[in-house]
Amino acid sequence: MELQELKNITGRIRYNIIKMLGESQSGHPGGSLSSAEIVTALYFHTMHIDPQNPTMEGRDRFVLSKGHAAPLLYATLAEKGFFPKEDLMGLRKLGSPLQGHPSMRKCPGVEASTGSLGQGVSIATGMALAAKKSGTSEKIYTLLGDGETQEGLVWEAAMAASHYKLDNLTVIVDVNGLQIDGKTSDVMSVGDLAKRFAAFGFHVIDLADGNDMAAVIEALDTPTKPGMPKAIIAHTVKGKGVSFMENQAGWHGKAPSGENLEKALQELEIN
Amino acid sequence: MGDTVATRVAYGKYLKELGATNTDIVVLDADLAVTTNTNLFRDAYPDRFFDCGIQECNMVGMAAGLAAMGKTPFVSTFAIFGSGRAYEIVRNAIAYPNLNVKFCLTHAGITVGEDGASHQSIEDIALMRVIPNMTVFVPSDATQVKQAMDAALSIDGPVYIRLSRFATDVLPEKPFTPGKAQVLREGTDVTLVACGLMVEACLKAAEQLAQKGIEATVLNLHTIKPFDEETVVSYAQKTKKVLIVEEHSVIGGLGDATATALCGKGTFAFKKLGLQDVFGESGTAAALLESYGLTPENIVKEVMSL
Repeated sequence: MELQELKNITGRIRYNIIKMLGESQSGHPGGSLSSAEIVTALYFHTMHIDPQNPTMEGRDRFVLSKGHAAPLLYATLAEKGFFPKEDLMGLRKLGSPLQGHPSMRKCPGVEASTGSLGQGVSIATGMALAAKKSGTSEKIYTLLGDGETQEGLVWEAAMAASHYKLDNLTVIVDVNGLQIDGKTSDVMSVGDLAKRFAAFGFHVIDLADGNDMAAVIEALDTPTKPGMPKAIIAHTVKGKGVSFMENQAGWHGKAPSGENLEKALQELEIN
Repeated sequence: MGDTVATRVAYGKYLKELGATNTDIVVLDADLAVTTNTNLFRDAYPDRFFDCGIQECNMVGMAAGLAAMGKTPFVSTFAIFGSGRAYEIVRNAIAYPNLNVKFCLTHAGITVGEDGASHQSIEDIALMRVIPNMTVFVPSDATQVKQAMDAALSIDGPVYIRLSRFATDVLPEKPFTPGKAQVLREGTDVTLVACGLMVEACLKAAEQLAQKGIEATVLNLHTIKPFDEETVVSYAQKTKKVLIVEEHSVIGGLGDATATALCGKGTFAFKKLGLQDVFGESGTAAALLESYGLTPENIVKEVMSL
C-alpha cells in the first residue's frame, strides 16, 4: 500500500477514535492517538490477516497490551473490515462487543483480553512460544505503553521471550512519556528502554519518531535477527493530531465533549 | 486400603500418561518441576514442557497465549503462588476469556508441613471458586486425581485442581461425575462434608463414631464448583447435623459453600472445622493436622458435641 494511503487511513482512524470517545463520553484518547501510525502499519502493511475470516489458521496475531487504547484497536479493526464502522459508536455501552478494554470473546479480530497492564506482552510471549514449538509461521506483535514497563511482568515476559529465542515476536513500546499521574520520568522513571530491552537480549530498533509512517514501516520491515525477539522503541506524542491533547497527561483517560469535541474533530478532518 | 500416595505424585504420573496420546497438552512449571512432579512429563516430552523459572505471573500469562493458540496448558507450581501471587492474571488473562488452562497446583493446605505458613495455601479454594468460568476440583486421593484430570480435559475452560504434598490412603475407586458429590457412607445421625485429604479423616472418624453407635454420612465434595447443593441439602435434612472438615481457611471454602447451600433449607446444627482465620506454622504434616484439629479423633469429638 502507498505511504499516502496509509497516512489517510491513520487520519480516518484518529477521526473515528475521537468520534467514538465523543459518543461514549468515556475512554482514553491520549494513548490511542499516539499509537495510531503503529497500529495502522501493522494492520494495513505488516500482518497476514483476513477480516472476512478473523480466525483464519496461520494468521498473525496482534495483542494490545496497553488495552486502554481499545478505541484505536476498534477503529482500526472497523477500518480493516472486521465489523461495520457503525458499531464503533457502541463503545463502552451496555451490550456492545466494544468493551472498555478489549475482550477476545466479544469482539471479532481481538486476539487477547487485555487491559490489566503487563499481561498482554506475557500472553503474546506464550503465543510466540506456541508457534515456535509447533513450527508454524505466525508472527506475534504486541504494543505496550512506556508507563506499562513499570510492571514487573513486562520484564518477566522479556526474559522468557529471550530465553526461548522467540524471533517471531515483536514488542513495540509506545514511548509518549506520560501516564495518568504525570510524566513517566516523575512518576517512576523507565530509563532508557532501548538499552533495557537490549540488555534483556532483544534486537532493538530505536525509532525516533513513532508518528512518522515511513519510519514506522521501516522499523517493522527490518528483518528479525535469528533467535532474538525484536523490540521497537517508538517515541511518540501523546494525543497526537489534536493540538490541545498533545503532550498533555490530562487527556490520558478523559473523553472530549462540547467545544473540545468539535475542535478535535475539525482538526482531524483538516489533517 | 494399603498404599499411601500423595496427590501430586499421582498427578505427575498421569500427566505423563496423558501426554503420550494428547499432543495438545503443554506443561508449564515455575522451577518446581521436581517437586510438583511435572518433571516426569518434562523428561518424556521436553518439547512440550516449558520451565518458566521463578516467574509465576508470566507463567500464567504465557499459558493464556498458548491456550489462545490452541494448546491445552497444564500449569503447575505451589498453590500459594499459582492461586495467590498470580491471582489477577488467572482472573483476567485466563478466566475472563474462558481459556482452556488447567491449574494443577500442589502443596496446598497446611500439610506442606515444615516450610511453614508462607508456603501453606489456606485461601486457594476461596480465591479460585469466586472467579467466574472457573471449575474447582479437590481430589481426595490418587485415584480421584486421574478422574479429575480426565474431567478437566473434557471441560473447555479453566479448571483448578488442588493437590497435596502429603501422602494419604488410596481410596477404592468410585464413579466420578463433576459437580456431583460422592456419598461414601450413609448414616442418619450426622453428615460429614469433606474434600481432599479430609475425606480419609472423615471416613476414619465415621468408623470410630459407628463404634459409639453414631452413624455418619460422609460426603466427598471433590467438586467445589459447581457445588452439588442437591446432595448436600438432602443429607443435611436427613441428619440435621452437619460438620464440614477442610484443610483450608473456614472463610470462603467448602464450609462457606455448604453454608450457602443450606441457607433457607431448614434448621441444622452446623460447624466448620479448618483453619479458624489463622495462619499455619512449621511442623510435620501429622503434627499440624493434630494441632489444628483435623484428625479423625477430633472430628469424632466435634460430632459428639454438635
